[in-house]
Amino acid sequence: MDIHELQKIVHKTRDARRTQTLPKYSPAERDTLIKKYHPDFRENAYRSIKFGPNKGELTVRELATLLEGDSPVPADLDLTPAHTADVLVVGGGGAGCAAALHAYAQGAKVLLATKLRLGDSNTVMAQGGIQVAITNEDSPIQHFLDTLKGGHMKNDHQLLKVMVEEGPSVARWLLGLGVLFDRDADGNLHVKKGGGSSKPRLLTCSDYTGLEIMRVLKDEVLNQKIQLMEFSAAVELLSDGNGDCTGAVLQDLDNKRFMVVAAKTVILATGGIGRLHIQGFPTSNHYGATGDGLAMAYRMGAKLLQIDTFQYHPSGAVYPEQLIGALVTEGIRSEGGHLVNAKGERFVNELDTRDVVSSSIIRECEEGRGIRTMSGRIGVWLDTPLLEVEQGPGTLDKHFPAMVRQYKRYGIDIAQDPVLIYPTLHYQNGGVQINVDSESGVRNLFVAGETSGGLHGRNRLMGNSLLDLMVFGKRAGLTAATRANSMKEGKLTLEHVKRFREEARKHGVSSGIVSPMLFPAYAKKE
Amino acid sequence: MPEIDKENVIDQEEVLRPKMVSVEITGKTYQVPEGITMIKALWYTGQEVIHGAGCLGGFCGACATYYRTKDDPKVKTCLACQTAVQEGMSFSMVPPFPARKATYQMAELKDPKQDLFTLYPEAPLCRNCNACTEACPQTIDVREGVWRAVFGDFKAVSEMFMDCVMCGLCVPVCIADIAPNLVALYASRAQGVHFTEKPQRLFHRIKEIEEGRYDGEWDRVLHMNEQQLKEACAELK
Ligand SMILES: Cc1cc2nc3c(=O)[nH]c(=O)nc-3n(C[C@H](O)[C@H](O)[C@H](O)COP(=O)(O)OP(=O)(O)OC[C@H]3O[C@@H](n4cnc5c(N)ncnc54)[C@H](O)[C@@H]3O)c2cc1C
Ligand code: SF4
Ligand code: SF4
Ligand code: FES
Repeated sequence: MDIHELQKIVHKTRDARRTQTLPKYSPAERDTLIKKYHPDFRENAYRSIKFGPNKGELTVRELATLLEGDSPVPADLDLTPAHTADVLVVGGGGAGCAAALHAYAQGAKVLLATKLRLGDSNTVMAQGGIQVAITNEDSPIQHFLDTLKGGHMKNDHQLLKVMVEEGPSVARWLLGLGVLFDRDADGNLHVKKGGGSSKPRLLTCSDYTGLEIMRVLKDEVLNQKIQLMEFSAAVELLSDGNGDCTGAVLQDLDNKRFMVVAAKTVILATGGIGRLHIQGFPTSNHYGATGDGLAMAYRMGAKLLQIDTFQYHPSGAVYPEQLIGALVTEGIRSEGGHLVNAKGERFVNELDTRDVVSSSIIRECEEGRGIRTMSGRIGVWLDTPLLEVEQGPGTLDKHFPAMVRQYKRYGIDIAQDPVLIYPTLHYQNGGVQINVDSESGVRNLFVAGETSGGLHGRNRLMGNSLLDLMVFGKRAGLTAATRANSMKEGKLTLEHVKRFREEARKHGVSSGIVSPMLFPAYAKKE
Repeated sequence: MPEIDKENVIDQEEVLRPKMVSVEITGKTYQVPEGITMIKALWYTGQEVIHGAGCLGGFCGACATYYRTKDDPKVKTCLACQTAVQEGMSFSMVPPFPARKATYQMAELKDPKQDLFTLYPEAPLCRNCNACTEACPQTIDVREGVWRAVFGDFKAVSEMFMDCVMCGLCVPVCIADIAPNLVALYASRAQGVHFTEKPQRLFHRIKEIEEGRYDGEWDRVLHMNEQQLKEACAELK
């Protein structure tokens, strides 16, 4: 049938749905739903890791293979440094830029190396906003509890306390750099309510929060004397032979040459993992989200946490083909947009946590109440026109200009027609274990942002990632700079690579896979 | 693949197997499926893309591209990750343009509206050709923005350029050597740093935290056992 034919039921049932309130699931119901439908519980997608710090633990096959992969660096690489730094920041997204700026402000000599251009990242795409508890009805404690609840009680309490408590001061830091958060008429910061949160606490810059933050941070990095190397990917870390980190090997992506950087401290801020397309899912992530930091830290001996859990954002576009995987912002649901199945029914409280909403969409589709496109994708409707009905014509254009534009390119007017969505691989909940100073289990190796783990438990709440980046980017930058100030450069060796290769041989791993992966292999080879 | 009621299948023309179309990419002709994005078309033809791909979501501006549709002499601009190919189209990605970015310590500027003229002395020399506006894939009225910046209406600039993905397509076309996106970024940041109200509620919260207003509650919460925490969470509405 024609898509407009199928959309009719959404229009027809709209008025009836508006009067309906759907209760949230009880804890027991949530549990059952998630265990039955969430991709994290597909046993055959998992296997145990053969060796290394997380030996014997389960993770998705794609990641296990990556972690066990071989270093691209030859054992006899000449380790004469091409560059030296107090602090080497790897990754030019939100966490990396925040870390670099704070380390620089502390007086350190900072080198920032990034795989693409500065700012080409997941951060630049964040639309929903950043969570900071500022209203009178709200408090850091409530923010703490909401996050814990969303994370299935598995969050690291110390990290979480630090994040919620430093939220307001990093918001002030961003304002001080010129980030233009939306305001109320009285000049206060406007707050919106996000999925899984009991109080409105999302600060936003229309639906361009990540873009605005990234634009400003990028400009600020360029204004300071921070050495920047773009199209330079880190491919291996360096150790002093006793397990401490002393630098990294970068690869110039234009001429493929290796460049050795001697650094007193290294901050990994390489972001997420979406481009591994775990379990075949499409992804909302940027081109370079291939889990490079995890692979490098793992070889160096850093322990990873909660790498068996990933976030599938409930609303990835399914139609048109060109937008597959692209995010339809959660804001639509925050503002009251309904999820509707093929029978015109709502089936979940749209503001429940992401894992619950995603699981319920998968349930609807698996039980035959989805809508299929001829390319084989299945999805359910997100009733976008409802927002115009509830809040007046022009609402979408005013509050979601980015989304309106995205669909308009394909001749779809989301103010008139609902859109088709299905969960998309969005976020790596776990990552490298860190302490409150953002340091990993390897001395002088710091990890900040999506690459780190523990803070978000088994499900990250909307808007908490941008906050994570700013808080732990700052802590990593400050601690690394202070540390560097009181120490000498260490020896540069590839001892850990040698040991890792021996381990791999012992466990019969010879997949031929080299990691980090750097980019997904999309170019068609025939 | 789960069973779906036949009734609920979208089977209109454009989602059926796409037909192949002929496109010219940087001067060479290839057959690619109709309707895929330009970046996917590059991959489809076996090309690795490193310069020119970033977020793949229409936000980072890495994929600035010139294109022309069949028989139309007009060369247009777009973001390659967001633009679908069609029969007879020609396109080339745009290499980065060596524009000059001024450096400044934003918080230390005394008179940012005046300082604009020392940092970007070319900004007031705009000759109104409107080429920048025509080049902008985000349909920002770039020319207007440059004038607003020059006249000190930084607030308007910051609002107009919230959509700017810094693709730089407005820069090489400028006959006055202005980089409008950089001028706008400067004006927007200045607006935020110097001309925006200090949000009292936020500052109040920071003070509360510093003064230990929540220490007692933290103590209580951090000493809860798992069960008590669960109950506290369950009470959240
Ligand atoms: C579409 C989308 C929307 C989102 N919306 C929100 C939201 O509204 N609110 C929220 O809080 N969170 C949101 N998130 C999550 C959040 O944006 C990310 O988790 C966060 O931005 C990650 O920041 P990061 O700095 O850790 O990584 P990124 O921003 O991804 O930056 C990583 C950087 O490292 C570089 N890099 C990778 N590998 C290497 C290497 N080997 N060598 C050198 N450099 C490397 C990358 O190129 C990139 O520049 C969203 C995520 C996506 C994808
Ligand atoms: S203003 Fe310039 S840099 Fe910004 S989106 Fe438009 S063309 Fe690109
Ligand atoms: S292209 Fe340059 S000269 Fe022409 S209108 Fe824009 S800023 Fe003015
Ligand atoms: S790749 Fe980021 S806008 Fe196209």
